[in-house]
Amino acid sequence: MTEPFQVIIIGGGPAGVSAALYLCRANIRAAIIENGPGALGRAHKIENYYGAAASGLKLYAEGLEQARNLSATIIQDEVVGVEYTGAFTLALKNASEALTAPALILATGTKNITLDLPGLTELEGRGVSYCAVCDGFFFRNKRVAVAGGGAYALHEAEYLKHLAKSVTVLTNGKDDSLVKQAGFAAIAQPLAALTGAGKLQSVRFADGSELEVDGLFIALGTADSADLARKLGAQLDGRFIRIDENCATNIPGLFAAGDCTGGLMQVAKAVHEGARAGLAALKFIRAQSVAK
Amino acid sequence: MALEITAANFADEVLAGDKTVLVDFWAEWCGPCRMQGPILEAFAAEHPEVKVAKVNVDANGELAEKFGIMSIPSLLVFKNGKLVKSAVGLHDKQALAALTE
Repeated sequence: MTEPFQVIIIGGGPAGVSAALYLCRANIRAAIIENGPGALGRAHKIENYYGAAASGLKLYAEGLEQARNLSATIIQDEVVGVEYTGAFTLALKNASEALTAPALILATGTKNITLDLPGLTELEGRGVSYCAVCDGFFFRNKRVAVAGGGAYALHEAEYLKHLAKSVTVLTNGKDDSLVKQAGFAAIAQPLAALTGAGKLQSVRFADGSELEVDGLFIALGTADSADLARKLGAQLDGRFIRIDENCATNIPGLFAAGDCTGGLMQVAKAVHEGARAGLAALKFIRAQSVAK
Repeated sequence: MALEITAANFADEVLAGDKTVLVDFWAEWCGPCRMQGPILEAFAAEHPEVKVAKVNVDANGELAEKFGIMSIPSLLVFKNGKLVKSAVGLHDKQALAALTE
């Protein structure tokens, strides 16, 4: 354990920072793990948020600075794995040691990469999986592939290599040099379709070639809040995390805020939910310390 | 309480009888499975007409293999000894009700 944080927030945008502000002002040890501004960074000028007429990048930088000034710990890293065993344990891309905390706020926004492959939906649970830790067991000594080319995909591939007969990382048209450096077989061809009747049999690529596999683990881009929530067993509605009026999920101590919960994709809504999630996490931590 | 199913009692508890049986294939090391457990118990309490059962895949690999389980939690619905529906992933009580209807 690196630091005894009480609350870890994944995402340094308006939702994550807003949560941190409320937590830090209440003297809670909070960390924000941030990995760049995401959708906010693409907004050249935000004109519809109270008091601000700035670029998304400026708002992002100033938000993080504001949290830092209130003693939030800002960690620049990428979360590649998560586990819940009464507390939350996060595996990071760059740090060798995992981080743990009794409460976690998911506020990464949503990623704009989706995989729209013929056969994908039909083969979910029939060879297609979104969680190596959950389903790797069923592919012992079998041939698996991981779709994705970043640290998240490599984390899944690392887990699977101890179980499967072979692991091939499919970067779907993206550069595969990092994957090869990590020692994995890689195919950079764009994915075209999945084949198999009742059970995944092969992945077909844009150039017409095929790779026969028993399992395909989806780990595209960076693990976002919905990816992490799904691994933890939080309820989702499609790509969005289901929350109650306190931004709480079905897992004790797990909260979500901002774009990852769906609805209005606006800074104002993210700030509002961040505040709610921060206050709810505060209440959760205080109740825990009373119980102890 | 959900009934623990093994290869030994599978035929008697799941295939025999005329009650709809909902079987949850799960494992301790799977986060979503641990969250599915309490939902399943709550569902069982509210739906006495459905027999709710659990198969630990770690201890019952042959049952998981027999039903082609490749992702957990996997929820299988049996009626009159036949597999009629299946679903993977975390399901809330409403979804379980729809699945067993």
